[in-house]
Amino acid sequence: MNQQYDCAVVGGGIMGAATAIRLAEGGMRVLLCEAQQLGMGASGVNAGTLSLQIKRVSLMPYALRGHAIWAQAGDEVGFKESGGITLAFTEHEAEILEERMTARINAGAPIEMITGERARELEPHLTDRIVSASYCHADGYANSSLTGAYYRRKLIAAGVEVLELTSVDEIEPTDGGITLRTGDRLHTARRALLATGAWTKEISARLGVPLPIRVRINTVSVTERMPKLAKKVIGHATGLLTLKQSTNGTVLIGGGWQGTGTPEAGRGQVAAETLTSNLRLAQYALPELVDARIVRCWTGFEANSPDFLPMAGRLPGWDNLFVLCCVRGGYTIGPYMGRLMGDYILGREPELPLFDPIRFLENHEQATSPSH
Amino acid sequence: MTQQFDVAVLGAGPAGAEAACVASEIGLSTVIIDEATAAGGQVYRAPAARSSRPDPHHAEGDALRRRLDASQATRRFGDRVWDIARTASGELAGYELSMIGANGLETVRTRSLIVATGATERFYPRPGWTLPGVVGLAAATILLKSSRVLPGSNVVVAGAGPLLSLVAHLIIEAGGRVAAIVDVSSLKEWTALVPRMAARPDLLFRGLAWQLEVARKKIPVYHGFDVTRVLGETGVEGVEIARTGSADETGSHGRTVISADAVCLGYGLTPATEVYRLLGASHVFDPARGGWIPELDTAQRTSVPNLYGAGDGAGLLGAAAAPMTGSLAALSAANDLGKLSASTYSSKATQLRAQLAKASRFGEAMAHVARPRPFLVKGIPDATIVCRCEDITAGEVRAAVEAGAKNINALKFATRCGMGPCGGRMCGEAAASLMECNGIERTCIGQFTARPPLRPISLGTVTGDFQYSDIPLPEPAPA
Repeated sequence: MNQQYDCAVVGGGIMGAATAIRLAEGGMRVLLCEAQQLGMGASGVNAGTLSLQIKRVSLMPYALRGHAIWAQAGDEVGFKESGGITLAFTEHEAEILEERMTARINAGAPIEMITGERARELEPHLTDRIVSASYCHADGYANSSLTGAYYRRKLIAAGVEVLELTSVDEIEPTDGGITLRTGDRLHTARRALLATGAWTKEISARLGVPLPIRVRINTVSVTERMPKLAKKVIGHATGLLTLKQSTNGTVLIGGGWQGTGTPEAGRGQVAAETLTSNLRLAQYALPELVDARIVRCWTGFEANSPDFLPMAGRLPGWDNLFVLCCVRGGYTIGPYMGRLMGDYILGREPELPLFDPIRFLENHEQATSPSH
Repeated sequence: MTQQFDVAVLGAGPAGAEAACVASEIGLSTVIIDEATAAGGQVYRAPAARSSRPDPHHAEGDALRRRLDASQATRRFGDRVWDIARTASGELAGYELSMIGANGLETVRTRSLIVATGATERFYPRPGWTLPGVVGLAAATILLKSSRVLPGSNVVVAGAGPLLSLVAHLIIEAGGRVAAIVDVSSLKEWTALVPRMAARPDLLFRGLAWQLEVARKKIPVYHGFDVTRVLGETGVEGVEIARTGSADETGSHGRTVISADAVCLGYGLTPATEVYRLLGASHVFDPARGGWIPELDTAQRTSVPNLYGAGDGAGLLGAAAAPMTGSLAALSAANDLGKLSASTYSSKATQLRAQLAKASRFGEAMAHVARPRPFLVKGIPDATIVCRCEDITAGEVRAAVEAGAKNINALKFATRCGMGPCGGRMCGEAAASLMECNGIERTCIGQFTARPPLRPISLGTVTGDFQYSDIPLPEPAPA
């Protein structure tokens, strides 16, 4: 049967867009469908932190490569390699910090342990109650809200057919391919990729392969423009704070504090209680924030797998349907994961290993045996 | 401390105040909250200082304040609600209001929520509109009504809607000078509305009296004209006007310059829908009601359980109709909570709906002249600032639309338009209109996503006094 596309990508966040571009560059005819506009989910509402200090040790090689891709995008995404400081305020936190950073240093991240005093030399507005700190010159941030506009340009340049404001209502196997239904239109492709973020939980269940995805509802806040308070990305030993002052003076505060809601019900809601804790931690680190006005607080949905490692591979039981989600630190790593996924779908050997979701299926040794 | 109520009413204008009075009369425990220090809303705003002589502008407001004072409703004025969350579904459904009051942060819980948050002014930007001396029409009514402060010594009153003649009248009454009135609506448009305005002969007569006053003072009135530019370097020195529809012409042909040191400028009102949006209510775009409004049934119910809309914020109908929508919302809330018998409810609601239909006729006519007129931004130069919080120009908005932004949130992501402290209240209508001029439907453009805080709040107010050990730090995710 003649397929319209070599691959259809469902989801226009970083992972879907980056994969689609890789596929098109590899010679495939590619369709990308996005229910909203590009980059308006987690890819566009996260705090934009590009910090190696908060990346999973086992993902460090991926993070270093993702970081390099954002550095190349430069001004188009508001990339800034500001350096980053992670703070410990108690002896217990200092132990956690030492342990976590040592593991990352061993994994190749350019991180050094520094004293609280040194941290205050680097950032004079920080609190004087720092027990110890770590520093990474490669850390920085980008402006995540530019994700959509950036990838739209790249997708068009790569020749990907992009359908925005187009929900995929059905995904069905057809002879030798996949058919997507969007409203009253049908699109056929030889294969398809689900790059549907937190929505993958529900979509995979509908396809009969419920993936064990836990959805997190991360809160981010932004202040009005402030006098210069910090030049670097500020973090906390537990990972429960990210703080940075953009070039325009606004201060972005994140750290993964949880709001409420589900992807299926629409956007999440900020919870006043966790927001308060998030802002307290920020103010404790940078006391002058007490006078800042909070302009907006929002949430974004992040998909997590039980082992906190990505799901990137074939949807179990399907030959030509792929899935890419649950990448912790996905803003940093996403552009690189898309390239790997693209290479895999193109039939090339990926530069670094992918993360086959089959590991989450019961008795998966038996399930995979026929293919061996 | 958390207080629990049957009904919370947000906004103490004519709709909210009536809703609170009716709800408490029925016996519901009721709280009414407004960020202003007294009830009245914008239309019946209380004077900042009382003079000894009785002031006719405040008679209706004083009556409203007396009625509310005599009610059993808990009154919370000068307090700010910065976030609202639904607490549970089903029988226990309710709302939790995060507030900043005199004693700092607090939480109010309520089973039902009546939103009566009024309307905000619609601005269409023009070159020079951010100069000192340019004041919104509605803002001018606040200056004049509450403090009798004149916007300038020689004022152009310009834009669209019923506030034009009110502001001109208030300036004259306060002893000021009106340089000219520039009204986008043609005389023909006004004349066509007279039959509907006749539903309120008193208001029609008042409007005619103001027009006579303007004529007696020989104040030039330009109907079917619009301000194309505010002139001046560091402050207003005048305005350039042109016949509407010729705004995209270049050159000075057919343009008139009027000298002035202040301009009161506004293009009608837009329902303030933040709370409805925050709580996920469905909306419809209805230009005859001011633009985007929550979808309501005939009992003022929104699409969200136990959430009701009243007053101009739920669709422009004016001050005369507002108390009836407030009253109807309160009756529906009581009925839905099982605190009002079906027969009492139905007879009262039927009676109210009849009154509302009559009272709405005048308000509908006013909403018509204050309707969105997106074509009024079509010709504005690219260099004109649209979003004044973030300094985003019309050219940047147009370029983002050209590059593929099809809804207003994608525009916001791409340009920062609407990301500043005003939350898009100042620029939203202008930005959406520019998108509409580029051929995108308003239903596709949509509205800015509403997020807390509903108004900017100080970080220190949220954090309060705390110790480091007060912050619950969960164990981190695996390294």
